[in-house]
Formats: sequence, C-alpha cells, structure tokens
Amino acid sequence: MNIVIENGRVIDPKNGVDRSTSLFIVDGKVAALGEAPAGFTAEQTIDASGCVVCPGLIDLGARLNSIEAELAAAVAGGVTSVVVPPDADPPLDEPELADRLVHRAKEIRKARVLPLGALTLGLKGERLAELVGLKKAGCVAFSQAKAPVVDTEALLRAMEYANTFGFAVWLQPQDHWLSRNGIAHEGEVASRLGLAGIPVAAETIAIATIVQLVRDTGCRVHLTRLSSAAGVALVKAARDEGLPVTCDIGVHHLLLTENDIGFFNPHARFCPPLRAQNDRLALSTAAASGLAAICSDHTPVAADDKLLPFGEAKAGATGLEVLLPLTLKWAESLKLSLSDALARITSAPAEVLGLESGQLAQGAVADICIFDPEANWQLTPEALKSRGKNSPWTGYMMTGKVKTTLVGGRIVYQA
Amino acid sequence: MHNPQLNKDGELTHLLSVEGLPQRILTQILDTAESFMEVSARDVKKVPLLRGKSVFNLFFENSTRTRTTFEIAAKRLSADVINLDINKSSASKGETLLDTIDNLVAMHANLFVVRHASSGAPYLIAEHLQRIGRDDVHVVNAGDGRHAHPTQGLLDMYTIRHYKKDFTQLRVAIVGDILHSRVARSDIHALTTLGVPEVRAIGPETLLPKHLDKLGVHVFHDMNEGLKDVDVIIMLRLQNERMTGALLPSAGEYFRHYGLTPQKLALASPDAIVMHPGPMNRGVEIHSAVADGSQAVILPQVTFGIAVRMAVMSIVAGN
Repeated sequence: MNIVIENGRVIDPKNGVDRSTSLFIVDGKVAALGEAPAGFTAEQTIDASGCVVCPGLIDLGARLNSIEAELAAAVAGGVTSVVVPPDADPPLDEPELADRLVHRAKEIRKARVLPLGALTLGLKGERLAELVGLKKAGCVAFSQAKAPVVDTEALLRAMEYANTFGFAVWLQPQDHWLSRNGIAHEGEVASRLGLAGIPVAAETIAIATIVQLVRDTGCRVHLTRLSSAAGVALVKAARDEGLPVTCDIGVHHLLLTENDIGFFNPHARFCPPLRAQNDRLALSTAAASGLAAICSDHTPVAADDKLLPFGEAKAGATGLEVLLPLTLKWAESLKLSLSDALARITSAPAEVLGLESGQLAQGAVADICIFDPEANWQLTPEALKSRGKNSPWTGYMMTGKVKTTLVGGRIVYQA
Repeated sequence: MHNPQLNKDGELTHLLSVEGLPQRILTQILDTAESFMEVSARDVKKVPLLRGKSVFNLFFENSTRTRTTFEIAAKRLSADVINLDINKSSASKGETLLDTIDNLVAMHANLFVVRHASSGAPYLIAEHLQRIGRDDVHVVNAGDGRHAHPTQGLLDMYTIRHYKKDFTQLRVAIVGDILHSRVARSDIHALTTLGVPEVRAIGPETLLPKHLDKLGVHVFHDMNEGLKDVDVIIMLRLQNERMTGALLPSAGEYFRHYGLTPQKLALASPDAIVMHPGPMNRGVEIHSAVADGSQAVILPQVTFGIAVRMAVMSIVAGN
C-alpha cells in the first residue's frame, strides 16, 4: 500500500532530520521524504498537522502478561518494537516457548516482539539454556531479567558460551546477597520509614564483576535498568575503555526518587529501587549524553498485588503508554530538543539491538509513530489499554498523545 | 503531601506515626494521659468516653503485652474490645488485609488497633478507610515492621516528662538495635518534636540505620562516650535472631560493649533515668542490677502506657 503522511513535523534523530515535510511509504518501507517518488499515487493519506512524525519507539523492556492487551497498549503508546524479558511464567528458556511467543505476536499484528531468551534454565543461574536453539526461534539476545546469576563461574561460562556465537547478554546488575532482603534504596527514606535497604553497592559490585568478565571474554553485554550515580560512572569507564558494554534506564528512574515513596506508596516500589536525588540526576545526565537508552520497564501488576503494605507489594509500573509522555516530560525538564529526546527511545535502543530500524531513511522499514506533542491527557485506569493500571502517575496530566502508529507501513493504531 | 493521620481540621483521626505530628498534638496526648492517670487509681477504673464503641485489636504479629495494655485501656474507656489473632484466622485462609478490614467495618468496628510485621501496613488501612468514605473508623498503629510504634514513643515521652518535667534541657541516649526498632524511630521523632536539644544513638554500625544524622540524631559507637552526662537512657531490646546472622558475633560480646551495667550507668548524669520498652533480655542489653535499680523506671512506663493508650484512643475516636 502506498501511504503519504502529510503536514507533519518529521523528526528522524538518527539522520538529523527535523522539518515539516511529507513522508512517503511504499511496500512497507520509507520511500522518500519531501518529494513523492516517481510514479507514486497515494492509496491513503494521513494528515499529521500539528503532529510529530518519528520512528516508532523501540522499548528495551516490557512484560507482556496478557499479550493481546499489552501489544495493543504498545502501539497505543507509539511503541512498534518491544523487547520482552524472559521472566514470564514459565520463563522463556526453551526454543518452543520463544517460537510460540513470536508466532502469537505475528498473529496479533500489532507491535513487533523481540524476545530475550533465558540465559539459564528457569533463570536459576545454574545451567545454560539452549542459546542457539532459542536464537533460531527468534530470540535477539539472552538475559536473566531481574534474576542475578549468583554463581560467578556460571556467569563467566554463560558469557563465554554466548560470545562463541556472537550473542549479546543482557544483565540487570544487582548483587543477590545485597539485594535479597531489601525493598527500598538504603538511604534516608528507608531509614525513616523502617524499610529494609538495598545499598548502591548491590549495583556497583555487580557491574564491576560483569565488566571484568566482559574484559576477559569479550562478550557483548547490555546492562539493564541502572539506578545509581556510581553505577553510571562504572559503565562510562567501561565504555571509555572501549569495552562492548551498553546500558539503559527505566523512564521512571529519570523522574522519581526515594522521596516519592511518601507514605509507603506501593506504586513507588521498583526493582531496582528508586534512589536518591543525586542518583536521579546522574541517570538523567547519562541518558541526555547518550550513554544510556531509555525504556519503559513495563510491568503490569494486578491491583490486588499493589494493595498491600509497601514491602509486600509487587514492584514495577505500567510503562508502554507512558514511555513517550514521560520521556518528553524528562526532556522538557532538561530543555533537550525533541529530536534528542526521541533519539533515546528510537535510534539509541536500535543501536543496542544492532537493528536498522529506529530511523526514517529511505528504505527503512516504515515503523512510525505520529503524535501530538502538545496534547494533554489524564492518566486514569480507563485511559490505558494495558491490563497493568499500576502507575505512580495515576491522576496526573500527561503531555504528548499518540495519534497513529504504523508497523511495516500498516496502520496498527489510530486514536 | 497530605498527612493521612490528620483530618481536614488538622485534628488527629488516626495515630500512625509520631513523625509529622505537630508539638501541640503530642502535648495534647500527654496532657490527656495525665488526666487519665487518676482513673487507674480509682476503685471503679472506668470512664464512659468510648461507651458503645467497638475497638478491634488486630494483631497480625503476636504481642501479648502490647495487646493487653490496649485492651485494658479500651476497657477503661468503656469500649467493647474484640481481640483478633489474625495469624490463626483469615490470613491463613488467603484473605487479604483489606478484605479483613472491610469485613470488620461491616461489623461496625469504630477503631482498629493494628500490629503488623510490614512497615506501613496501618497507612494502607487508613488510606483504604478514606477511599471507602469511612472517616468515622479510626486506626491506631500498635507497631508496624521496623517503622513506628507511636504509642510506645508517646508513653516514653510521658515517662520522661513525668520525671524530668522539661524536654528542652535534656540529653537523651537511645542504645542498641536502632536499625530494626520501631520504638527507636518513634522516640526519635517525638523527642525532636518536643524540643529535646540532644538525642544520641548508640550502637555498632550494623545496628544503626544509614543517615541517622538526617533525623537530627548524634551517632556514637562507643557507649562510654555516648552515655556521658545524659539525663535519660532508653535501652532497646535485642532480638535473639540478630545473633544468628552477620550483625553481631555473640550476645556476650554485645553485652560487653553495649550492655548497660552499673559502671556504664555511672557515666550518665547522677539523676539519669533508665527506660526499656520491654520485654528485657537481662544480661544481653541490660544488667539486672540496673534493671532492678533505683534509676530504672521500666515498670512505671508500663503503667503510664495504659493512660497514654487511653488518651490516644479517646482523642482519635472523639475527632
């Protein structure tokens, strides 16, 4: 189908494009910007007046507890590719499971699903999963989700084995021993509220271990969901050393701190925990400088699992439909350009994944998000397509509303 | 941020934590408690302030002592008291905390006295009551996790005021396992709110929470230094399970460094009082000669505790 998107402000951070122009799509790919390609006749015209036309968002971490609802939520949030961590029930540790997930996602025909295979069976950190088989079934990399590998030898061997085949390993740096009993950042708020603390050292010790193993094995590693200033500094040092290490930050950690726990608000319980203001500022700088990509860390939690005392409530927040507005809110607070903001959720995650998508160059796959950057909407349970209504932002106004989402040149969402 | 303990007129409607309460409310509770002291000395130890009201003692964690003092206090206010030991009933059947609350509200509960192992549980209940529009049902925190034990904190303040009269000239030391202690947190907030100029925390690093200085507390690791010239010593109970992990090597070593002996007590001001929230571990945190000595006010604390709990329940249920 030939589609033209007219009158929009086309922002393609990867290629430095930010201008009002038309975008032409032929056979699911970006055919041209500005002038229609020869012989182009539009079968469909999308009017993007007042809107930004950008590459579809690539979310480096979203859980799809109920896959249909969550993929609908993804495209409603302008997200066209979703990296799914393996901590589903059951964990994604067998090729058949990955195969089924990929197949199901194709049937649903909303966002693209990029599964992460379990690095170890049952995410137990002991025996390796069948990485090659999982890769053939469509896994893009291998991960332990939020489960640390306690046994350092198992981690070393897993990285060696993954590196044999050139696979990337994604790890959330959190030392098992220092985090197992904790429920909040070991700081002023946890001390005041009597919540068991998770020290920053839980993150830095894990990063130091992983970075050393990267140095020894050469394995490509992506560190997920950094939470601390000291953690950011270690990743920066590893990058400066030329090690193949990248990282991401959950969008909530760019905007919230331990103080948002307030009077035990279970919606402010995250893994890793929200940390102190200086940590938040360092994360913000890391994201702004391009050291880290931003992701939603979308974690749908049933209402009953949040209506519990802070320490018993499940961690995490809904994210797919707030990734864009929260990223815009963060960028606004730093006076970043729209293009720089969008880079963190389009081209930067594409780079982490080694994908060609996340851009609008001629020939690029037409995964596109069209949003009104000025439109306000209130975050209410009803406003979300996700089954996960759990958010620290419930009741708040969000700025930036997705109007249309295309995946492979096909309209998959229209407001 | 809205303080869920106060109603729109700024009056106490739940007692969840001492933190965030203005001095006038703390003083009101202490003054009210003083007026109730006389009730406990009467032949007929009752006042009709809560007549016809139902007080539910909801203990999700065992505590015979605290529950008993709340029960006595509620009965002296002429309330009907229902004791629920949740460990043995609904929780084991899978009922959630808030389901339990809804059921008890349907039985016309007026006041919940809540003890729970998780920090913040009474907040969850108070917020739920607000959400369902039952601002006529009140919550008193009888100890939540490591967070707060406000009635213990207040009875400690009552005790200090009784013996020392004026808060504004005092040095107060809190000794022991502050990290796991809800009593310590409530004491610290109460002491600083009431104008105590010097609050000290004494213990090994493993038993002190981080950033205690942010709560206005001076930290000491050496007990001999920390006790120097203090007017009030609050000893904390050391739970047996603290001995099994990596926090402390042994009860013996703990006692040598942080146990209150007559020799260490001699470093404090000569008229210093010694307090303990009970139950005591003699020979672990306190020497028997001190626990039974003339400076100990541990049993009067228990007596004052009933008056303070009467005061708290009558105030919240009256607002």
